[in-house]
Amino acid sequence: MPAPTPAAPPVPGVPGRRLGRSAGLVAGVLVLSLAVLLSLAVGARPLSLGDAWRGLVDPAAPAYTVVHQMRLPRTLLALLAGAALGVAGAVMQSLTRNPLADPGILGINTGAAAAVVSAISFLGVSSFAGFVWFAFAGAGAVAFLLYAVGGGRSATPTRLALAGAALNAALYSYVTAVQLLDTATLDRMRFWIVGSLASAQTPIVLRLAPFIALGLLLAFLLARPMNALAMGDDAAQALGANPARTRAAGIVVITLLCGAATAACGPIAFVGLMVPHLVRTLTGPDLRWLLPYCAVLSPVLMLVADVLGRVVARPSEVQAGVVTVLLGGPVFLYFVRKRRVVAA
Amino acid sequence: MKDDGARLSGDDLTLAYDKRVIAQGLDVAVPDRSFTVIVGPNACGKSTTLRALARVLKPAAGTVLLDGERIGSWPAKKLARTLGLLPQSSIAPEGITVADLVARGRYPHQGLLRQWSREDERVVGEAMAATGVAELADWFVDELSGGQRQRVWIAMALAQQTPILLLDEPTTYLDIAHQIEILDLCADLHEAGRTVVAVLHDLNHAARYATHLIAMRDGRIVAEGPPGDVVTAALVEEVFGLPCQVIECPETGTPLVIPAARHRAPVG
Repeated sequence: MPAPTPAAPPVPGVPGRRLGRSAGLVAGVLVLSLAVLLSLAVGARPLSLGDAWRGLVDPAAPAYTVVHQMRLPRTLLALLAGAALGVAGAVMQSLTRNPLADPGILGINTGAAAAVVSAISFLGVSSFAGFVWFAFAGAGAVAFLLYAVGGGRSATPTRLALAGAALNAALYSYVTAVQLLDTATLDRMRFWIVGSLASAQTPIVLRLAPFIALGLLLAFLLARPMNALAMGDDAAQALGANPARTRAAGIVVITLLCGAATAACGPIAFVGLMVPHLVRTLTGPDLRWLLPYCAVLSPVLMLVADVLGRVVARPSEVQAGVVTVLLGGPVFLYFVRKRRVVAA
Repeated sequence: MKDDGARLSGDDLTLAYDKRVIAQGLDVAVPDRSFTVIVGPNACGKSTTLRALARVLKPAAGTVLLDGERIGSWPAKKLARTLGLLPQSSIAPEGITVADLVARGRYPHQGLLRQWSREDERVVGEAMAATGVAELADWFVDELSGGQRQRVWIAMALAQQTPILLLDEPTTYLDIAHQIEILDLCADLHEAGRTVVAVLHDLNHAARYATHLIAMRDGRIVAEGPPGDVVTAALVEEVFGLPCQVIECPETGTPLVIPAARHRAPVG
């Protein structure tokens, strides 16, 4: 082997890729803006994009009431819940080093749902302000259980996935059982359970916002330590990161994001699994890019799903949670099949 | 190589995983600016000792000292700028490029307000050049051969810019040519002024490259010193339970262990 030369050639590709990633993020924000406008424009009374915009900003505009009363709350909710679920999924996949980890699949959203259903059915809690805390407790309990199962030294991704799937199934049965036994609240819960944005109200959305904002901020702060942790506990420690503290903070993030999102619109599955996977093909595994991309692109999926749900079954609606899966499933399968090619 | 003291040492260490005690009353010192190699049979505690020296494993008793201070009292990032570790079990995140992985070695030099800088850029470039992976910068780590991958991990540890570098079995799973390539690289790093500590399986490689050899068995240090003094037939028999001859390596003059043969002539 030739003697090493301590010359400093530029790192090829790195500055160019950073530029590309920044440009991509800007493009993502533009797409998101378009999706927001669409969400404000489409509905029982369709508006042009221009009318929707005027309805948003101009109190004198004829569309002001429709936009502000009907469309803005659900649009804001889709924005917040989408960002929360996408980022929570990315955080989970990174912390568990498991590409299958997703707050929907591993039972965290179902845990929040189980707590909320119990609160509605047994304790008579009926306001969002009441059950958001139950949602946090449920999400937190499941996250901690998973951590206990999957965070130990002997834990493997397989063990985690199996435990999560089992937990999810059990909690799902519980939620279903409570609903069946308590037909009085079944109707109200049914829409909430499948993930509907339609019942969104501005006060609820605003109450949700601080939790999600805090969760997102904490997630972005954790990006670098989680990057280090992705290479193994020993490697992370050797780099000066603290694996235990990073994991604990990650659980707080997941609890905040999943609890808040689930409390507002029911357990929406799949967004947290799918979006980080798709985004990773654009950004690579660097969480400093992956997380912002997820925060921008997950709401796009939610908004598009919600808009489609309003259009396909007019005058009725299909819940966003259902459309997400119907729309996202095939796209996701396509990417999974194609992934090797993308990586090469 | 002269022994100019030890920045890194362990004093009366008890090392254990949960209840399973690996070593007790272990004293170990890494001579400054040495290429120290730890050898010994499987499960003798050599990797455990390395992990304790790197503060990845907290000793059940005893203290590890770095520059005269208890290593546990060092702030994590400051420690990571002084002492680097290449663990046995590092995971390359799926879809990461060589340049990105090496760049992660800059972690202890960065902070919330001090993100990626020109300095980081320069150091990462140098680390890749020193390990001969600069032309692989845009490759995915998954696509590399075992030898290339190991060089990338070493580059990451180099990007940490630590005067002390610990390597846990850096040559495992590599074929002989790549083993020598990695060891030559370690020797280069040592010559450039670093203190290098490696756990190795191959006694002949250890004898060839080490300036200071530590032979361990059952959690104890059986012998240590320059390989020429340490590697004798009696010691190999004691440490590994292997009858052998020790001859002079025709290439380097270092001790060369020839295991005793049970079959004199080729069978068949």
